[in-house]
Amino acid sequence: MNNNFVKGSWQEILDWAQNKSINMLHYCTGCGAIELPPTMTSRYDMSRFGIGPAATPRQADLLLVTGYLSTKTLRRLIYTYEQMQAPKFVVGFGSCTINGGMYWDSYNTIKQLDKYLPVEMYIAGCMPRPEAILDGLLKLKKMIADGEADGYQRYQDNLEYYHQNQEAVLGEVQRTQ
Amino acid sequence: MIDIIYRIGHFVLITVFSMALGLLFMGIARKIVARIQKRYGPPVYQPYLDVLKLFGKDAITHGFIFDFGAIMALGGVIATLFFIPLGSWQLYSMEGTVILVIYLLAIASLGMAMGTVGSGNPQASVGISRALMQMLGYELPYLVILFALIYRYQTSSVWGLMQAQAGSFLNWNLFAYPLMAAVAFVVLIGMMGKKPFDSMIAPSEIGSGPVVESGGKYLGMLLLQKSITIIIELALYVNLFLGGAENILIFTFKMLIVWVLATMFGSLFPRFRIEDGIKFFWKWPLGIAILQAIYIIT
Ligand code: SF4
Repeated sequence: MNNNFVKGSWQEILDWAQNKSINMLHYCTGCGAIELPPTMTSRYDMSRFGIGPAATPRQADLLLVTGYLSTKTLRRLIYTYEQMQAPKFVVGFGSCTINGGMYWDSYNTIKQLDKYLPVEMYIAGCMPRPEAILDGLLKLKKMIADGEADGYQRYQDNLEYYHQNQEAVLGEVQRTQ
Repeated sequence: MIDIIYRIGHFVLITVFSMALGLLFMGIARKIVARIQKRYGPPVYQPYLDVLKLFGKDAITHGFIFDFGAIMALGGVIATLFFIPLGSWQLYSMEGTVILVIYLLAIASLGMAMGTVGSGNPQASVGISRALMQMLGYELPYLVILFALIYRYQTSSVWGLMQAQAGSFLNWNLFAYPLMAAVAFVVLIGMMGKKPFDSMIAPSEIGSGPVVESGGKYLGMLLLQKSITIIIELALYVNLFLGGAENILIFTFKMLIVWVLATMFGSLFPRFRIEDGIKFFWKWPLGIAILQAIYIIT
């Protein structure tokens, strides 16, 4: 057994544990957040997939961005993301995070979330129903188990690119990372 | 030499056993709460996965005090564990363990307090100050009960108090002094920070209180600390009021029953504000405990 093999299989075990246990920080800025309570409570109950809410960014694995982001909330979102501990994942929720949705020509919302943060996947819809959310989260689980969800590494590798984009809309950004 | 190795092995065994059992109990509690809310709930082994995941994550420290606080919290509960008989399985037995256990549990809370000071987060400070205030609230009735029991049986070791209830189950303090057992049950819920006494962790209000800044490995460590704390508190209750047990299996079963009841009570109530919680503790549990103590002494 060489060292790489041990390391690789250990990583696989961790990925497996991560996919079974996801603490989600829902950043409820947009209207789509209203679909989350039924997803969490008795009707659809996402805790049976091991997905639960997290109280603070430090304890969270998944940042769920529910809807449009004004430039003001984008700043908070970036601070939140940088406080999370790797491995961390971002999921864009609703069409506003994909291309601006119905706010595409608004003067102070951003259009594409993945220019500013590394997005793992999107859940399309305006707004997506709980079934769609659960479907999306199950796909995310599969991606994590297969080791494909590597957004936090992409963020590290392309830090320059993301910082440039962030500063283009926000001006100065306080860096914690 | 052999003796020391044997003893250390025993330490490790009892610690690992309590961690595993505590995590299992947490999983059971999540399932029960889910069922009460008409949900399916996470699998029973979910806490094990959580711990494994958390130890695989990155973690940032907020300085030496923060690290030291986490270690002190974990060390405090592990040290307490050695003085509590689990069934007939115990490491140390001597006079005064009841009081020692109360002191050592306070060390764990102080460790948490140190950790939060190190993190410098105001919400964590609010949380830990509430936790310590609540400790003032429930320790008073608990101590009254303990001293009454010590007076009644003329022994201050947990083992001795457990032995004093041997024989028929009618000797159990639960049946001999039911009011006292009820007070201790309320105190137990307060100790474990379950609703209605969970104002110190209130996730939606102060973002889980003392553990706000702990992520990744630190949170994993605190989860293990929590699991051992649960076992200590349940074991103390079973030893003092349910007559302990001859072997670990029956003992675990008794702990499980108390835990399930506490979880069910916990999931029925909304949250007390901290001052209301303390007022409650100093009114009803303390009053009843004093009445029962007077009854025992006279
Ligand atoms: S995608 Fe639709 S529902 Fe979601 S935030 Fe945008 S407008 Fe609201």
